[in-house]
Amino acid sequence: MELIMAVGIGIVTACAVYLLLRGRTFSMVLGLSMLSTAGNLFIFSMGRLRPGASPIVAAGAESYADPVPQALVLTAIVIGFGMTGFIMALAVRMHHQTGSDHVDGLDPVLERRPEHGP
Amino acid sequence: MTLPIIILLPLLAGTAATLLLQRRGFSAAAWAAALPTAASLALLTYQTPTILAGERFLQSWQWLPDHGLNFSFRLDGLGLMFGLLILGIGLLVILYARYYLSAQEPIGRFYALLMLFMSAMLGIVFSENALLLLMFWELTSLSSFLLIGFWTHSPLARQGARMAFAVTGGGGLALLAGMLIIGNIAGSFELSAWFTARETIRNHPQFNVALGLILLGAFTKSAQFPFHFWLPAAMAAPTPVSAYLHSATMVKAGVFLLARLYPLLGGNPMFEYVTTTVGLTTMVFGAYVAMFRHDLKGLLAYSTISHLGLIMFLLGLDTPMSSLAAVFHIGNHATFKASLFMAAGIIDHECGTRDMRRLGGLWRQMPQTALLAIVAASAMAGVPLFNGFLSKEMFFAEALDLHDLLLLEDIAPVAVMLGSMFSVAYSVRFIHDVFFDEPHNLPHQPHKPPRYMKVPAEVLAVVCIAVGVLPGYTVAPLVDVAARAVVGDALPAYRIALWHGFSLPLAMSAVALVGGAVIYWLLRHRYDLHLHVPAHYTGRLLFQHAYDGSIVLAARLTNQLHNGSLQRSLALVIATFLGLGAWPFVEHGLDIGKVTSSTLTPPGIVVGGAAMAGALGAVWFHHTRVVAIVLAGVVGLAASIAFAYFSAPDLALTQLAIEVVSTLLLLIALALLPHSTPRESTRRRKMRDTALAAAAGAGVAVLSWAVLTRDQESIAWFFLENSLPRGGGHNVVNVLLVDFRGFDTFGEIIVLGIAAMCTWMLMDGLRGERQAERPSPAADRMIFAVAARILLPFALLVALHMFLRGHDLPGGGFVAGLIAALALIMQYMGEGLRRMLAHIRIDFWLWIGGGVVIAGVTGLASVVAGFPFLTSGTRHPVVPLLGEIPLVSAMGFDLGVFMTVLGTTLLILTSIGQVHRKTSKTEENQQWNS
Repeated sequence: MELIMAVGIGIVTACAVYLLLRGRTFSMVLGLSMLSTAGNLFIFSMGRLRPGASPIVAAGAESYADPVPQALVLTAIVIGFGMTGFIMALAVRMHHQTGSDHVDGLDPVLERRPEHGP
Repeated sequence: MTLPIIILLPLLAGTAATLLLQRRGFSAAAWAAALPTAASLALLTYQTPTILAGERFLQSWQWLPDHGLNFSFRLDGLGLMFGLLILGIGLLVILYARYYLSAQEPIGRFYALLMLFMSAMLGIVFSENALLLLMFWELTSLSSFLLIGFWTHSPLARQGARMAFAVTGGGGLALLAGMLIIGNIAGSFELSAWFTARETIRNHPQFNVALGLILLGAFTKSAQFPFHFWLPAAMAAPTPVSAYLHSATMVKAGVFLLARLYPLLGGNPMFEYVTTTVGLTTMVFGAYVAMFRHDLKGLLAYSTISHLGLIMFLLGLDTPMSSLAAVFHIGNHATFKASLFMAAGIIDHECGTRDMRRLGGLWRQMPQTALLAIVAASAMAGVPLFNGFLSKEMFFAEALDLHDLLLLEDIAPVAVMLGSMFSVAYSVRFIHDVFFDEPHNLPHQPHKPPRYMKVPAEVLAVVCIAVGVLPGYTVAPLVDVAARAVVGDALPAYRIALWHGFSLPLAMSAVALVGGAVIYWLLRHRYDLHLHVPAHYTGRLLFQHAYDGSIVLAARLTNQLHNGSLQRSLALVIATFLGLGAWPFVEHGLDIGKVTSSTLTPPGIVVGGAAMAGALGAVWFHHTRVVAIVLAGVVGLAASIAFAYFSAPDLALTQLAIEVVSTLLLLIALALLPHSTPRESTRRRKMRDTALAAAAGAGVAVLSWAVLTRDQESIAWFFLENSLPRGGGHNVVNVLLVDFRGFDTFGEIIVLGIAAMCTWMLMDGLRGERQAERPSPAADRMIFAVAARILLPFALLVALHMFLRGHDLPGGGFVAGLIAALALIMQYMGEGLRRMLAHIRIDFWLWIGGGVVIAGVTGLASVVAGFPFLTSGTRHPVVPLLGEIPLVSAMGFDLGVFMTVLGTTLLILTSIGQVHRKTSKTEENQQWNS
């Protein structure tokens, strides 16, 4: 399972980075959101993968998963959403302001503020 | 506390008082600046007898002891002499400036800056800690910058200020580096520790580097050749500043530093050779150039450079008497040069020009000023009966008595003679051209200067004469303790006196006086000095070239790194991170562990595969945005399942809820944006991005694999053991969030709230009704709307349940907040935003703010009870019917979390949801057509 986890994190990261480098805000936000998922999984996996060992103290439990990365990741997930919301709002605002959803605010090919349909 | 008070009085009391009193006129402001200075001077004078008796004292308070930085101060002879000079001349300059500045100028600002400088300069001379000294050192550079640029409207002033700051500030950085090296060798930054460890430091291989850097700092500050060019440029400052900073005190900081560090550096061959060579060169060069300056202040500036070179030369020599002469000349130069600057300022003030080609014959209009200037200029030239003569004679004696300096031994006496003759020549020129020659088209008839404007120069002139005639009764004891602070008790028996009998130095003085007068006569009548056109300022030009060049270079570099394209910048950032991240592995190799604890299971393969497929699909279909959202959602769901499988139920719940909310957010936003992404990336860019993405992915994958296959060492066991006894909860993750790491969580909910508020602000002005919003629930959503309404109470109940059990079982404020938010968002989806807002009437702002406040108050409650912030208490009361209820004070904190998360989620979603769609002409047409 470790292998799947590692490869999975890698592929999600790669896809997220690729999307992050696109020229339109929406792809970028999507990439950012995926990147935070990958990051969360990465931090979480630093506590190793332990099935059936929830960090809930109980009599007779033999082993526990590491609660520290879990606590870190929990807030990170929520903050990640806050960040996605903020960047999305920024993108919407910019589209309103400039008429373009290109990350630089200007259409690089046309060198003018483009209008393109849905 | 004496020393810090002496240092801080001018700064704190002085600036505050000038600020308050500047509106009441110039005199009030001057008093406000003068009184704290006088108080400092009185405090220092009070200490004088103790220091003169040969004592020294240290005062120290810890500041950042781990970094070797302490508030430690030292008062010894050297510091005392400088302190008296700084405060004494400072007091005179305050009086002088009151008459110098014209009525519409901001005298409050002037005095405030002057006070800042005074404090900084006092800080330098009283510091015992090298780092503290450096901070004051940079403060003097800064205040000098501000004071040179005091007339902000003048381009020359601004340029001079920049140049002075770049040179002295740059030297300060070199000095910092040098001091850090020495501090590192000595293991301390206290100067006394350095002196104790003298041999260790000097034998260290890095000592020469440190010495070079320290000398660089001292040479730039004291305007030594070839760094001298900033000082003439600094003459664009108001004359009181030139008199105070750029002749009497700040430019002496460099020589002071070397005098202060003399116990460490003195006698080192490199130190001696470099310092004497640079000093001698500067002395002759400065004196030579000074003769040809037509501007009074220009002449004085080069003369200052020359005298600083003289002092530097003396300090470099490895004899106790030369250090005594250096210290003595520091004081003498400060007095006569400050009074000459004041005289120059008076002349400028009354005649409207400082150009010696136009001035002349002022003896008749201002005889008193002429007398003052003659006294000071005589001291500068080294005429007997004035203080300059005494130190200059010592200087001659030292120059004749050189040892082990190779070539310099033969050159020095000649150079010294030449320099002194030039010095006499420019002194004669100053007096003759201004007061005796005939004027040539003066801007206006000279006025009489105000009475009190002359007082400061008069005081200084009296000092020049008093010291010159009766050295033994005036400054001798002070110079003696100051010199002892430099060279220790190695000082031989000596006597500062006017008459030592006929000797070679006396003859040299005589030759210099006669020779200087002859040189001036020749220049005036054979060369026609007034027609001389000054050469270009070579140093200044070079500096300007370097300065302009660096700006062009910076602009070019910036343009190459950041040409306004975000994609390009991001690619560079990612590439840089990849490089930095890979670096240690390239160097040390990668070490993969051998442990695999969990076996491969078919569901694992399916979920992992789904995540990878979802991610790859999102990339493949990213031009069709809706599809991309759905596929990205698959990744999130897979992550949630992974969390659940690998024993993180809280994470699984949170991730699941967030995934739903995120997807909704993206869909709501998509309605406001184009629905597809144009295919515009070039092939090359796709290749580049694929390479970067693949490298990033591979890096993260390998890193995860390397960690996952290793044995784990974690601080987790502490929390697992203490969660129940000290946090009162079984769910360790929740206890961590609300208790052990509660402060962290507290910060995070604040960040969340800020993000939500920013989102709302960004939508400012875009809010309005969506066109798609219909007045009543649409028929096609009727079933959903009704179902959502029915589900609402149950969903809220689930949220409550999750909240209450959170401390012991999966759940808690975060999860409960998200579930409650989802329940409300379902109403939004069913009924539309407007109706939903009308129904539930929740003020999200209040919830966010209230949540943060409740969490904070819960934390503070423990402070009130005498425990650290956010300590939780536990009670397990047994309630009839319900049984034992685990009551933890952390629950109040969790309530705050719950409220903030709920408010945040809803505020973010609804603020984007409230934005009306911007329709362009083409889109309207398309809607019409479809």
